[in-house]
Amino acid sequence: MRRGPSLFNRVSVIAGLAFLYAPIVLLVVYSFNASRLVTVWGGFSTRWYAALFHDSQMLGAAWTTLRIGVLSASLATVLGTLAAVALTRPGRFRGRLAFSGMIYAPLVLPEVILGLSLLLLFVAFGLPRGFWTVAVSHTTMTLCYAAVIVQARLASFDRALEEAAQDLGCTPMQAFLKITLPNIAPAVAAAWMLAFTLSLDDLVIASFTSGPGATTLPMRIYSQVRLGVNPEINAVSTLLIGLVAAGVAAAYAVQRRRPGLSAG
Amino acid sequence: MKRPGLAALAPFLWLGVFFLFPFLLVAKLSLSDTALAMPPYAPRLDWARGAAGVAAFVRGLDFETYARLGSDRIYLVSYLSSLKFAGIATAILLLIGYPIAYGMSRHGPAARQALLMAVILPFWTSFLIRIYAWIAILKPAGLLNAALGAMGLPALEILNTDAAVYLGLVYAYLPFMVLPLYAVLHRQDETLLEAAADLGATPLQVFWRVTFPLSLPGVAAGALLCFIPMVGEFVIPDLLGGSGALMLGRTIWTEFFANRDWPAASAVAIVMLATLIAPILVYQRRQSRLLETGG
Repeated sequence: MRRGPSLFNRVSVIAGLAFLYAPIVLLVVYSFNASRLVTVWGGFSTRWYAALFHDSQMLGAAWTTLRIGVLSASLATVLGTLAAVALTRPGRFRGRLAFSGMIYAPLVLPEVILGLSLLLLFVAFGLPRGFWTVAVSHTTMTLCYAAVIVQARLASFDRALEEAAQDLGCTPMQAFLKITLPNIAPAVAAAWMLAFTLSLDDLVIASFTSGPGATTLPMRIYSQVRLGVNPEINAVSTLLIGLVAAGVAAAYAVQRRRPGLSAG
Repeated sequence: MKRPGLAALAPFLWLGVFFLFPFLLVAKLSLSDTALAMPPYAPRLDWARGAAGVAAFVRGLDFETYARLGSDRIYLVSYLSSLKFAGIATAILLLIGYPIAYGMSRHGPAARQALLMAVILPFWTSFLIRIYAWIAILKPAGLLNAALGAMGLPALEILNTDAAVYLGLVYAYLPFMVLPLYAVLHRQDETLLEAAADLGATPLQVFWRVTFPLSLPGVAAGALLCFIPMVGEFVIPDLLGGSGALMLGRTIWTEFFANRDWPAASAVAIVMLATLIAPILVYQRRQSRLLETGG
């Protein structure tokens, strides 16, 4: 018998969640504030959203960020899935520990180090910095997250299914595409989502590896925030939060609809 | 020994080129001198001159940048204050995160699932935006002081102080502390707790002598997961801290973007990496072992 939560347990959980959510809720509420001042509620208004849609620099940055996010998340998901398959494959292979080390190190490594080292790489090879260098950098950072998510799913996947398919005449490639991939699809989708949001969110690595004409949304937000609180930033933040919330809700619904595949 | 296929090698090739190899460049640059050129460092490797070029390049390298790091106090100060910020914030995170994770693990399965989602969700929203939200709360004419004023309390000056940096660090990294703690706490064997209680232990004794020692792996995982990236944190000290809130991530940023001193930025990055390599290896080993046991 599990003891139920005590009053102390309830209070700590509620206080913790309040701490996590209060700033986000305030941000969303104040994005609809007609007044420019944070402390004055000037009535409900969508004027900051209207201003946002006339801010061509902000819109341009958003478009760049979106394209980088889709491209790098897709690349990272493919590479990350391959890495996860290699790491969970039965039987040890040479250098497996080094490989798993390469997957886990970027997860905790400070972003400034990753950003600086990638920049030096691009400079050393004389590559012009811009859209592609940011996309490659984000792929490098996010493929490790993707690998970890898919790996967790593969760890509980029954390998016998894949072997059975091969016994029945599938090539290893066919077995992977027809049996394994459909089974781990929810995890692959989740990996893409996470890679996409991480790319959408990144300021540090993009600042190091970006060049003229490839300003991303976080870079634009950062330069505005340095000048002080700006209601337009509240509006763009709310839109971003809404976008992510919709994505998470969609991912949750997909998993819900396929209980047989996501269970375990 | 099984040989991995070519497709399986692709991601590791990618990481080799874009993750491992660039570290050599950082190490190399930290031994170069600053120069008024673009890119702003010398010597540069001149492949066209063959062996003579390589020799000239190697002769040009020295440890001058590191000597500079040792003599200028600002680097030492930012190094120590990085460790201090990250260390104290990790301790605060443990104190706050443990009761939350423990409270979550005490709930029934359905509630646990919902609470888990609730803790993970903020992680999906932009880090920059969540830090930015605190500026509006903490600034002198912000929401906190408006609330304090309404209650007749004196205003607090928090933004641009060390307190704001701690607050930002704790806020941003709380899910990273709660999740590993929750993972060990909710799997704990209830019968052990019952046995301890049957043998006459008070609830407090049960916690300190059974629950807490058994949760130490989660404590270690959470502490590493928070401490390592916090040492190199840039956004939080930059946006919430005052000019005195020196941290290594911020120093690298300033050297690189404001002072255009690429060798110094690289040398600081190498020093930070050397400091963090041990905790990173410990973290890696733990994760790999978890994977081996199917955890």
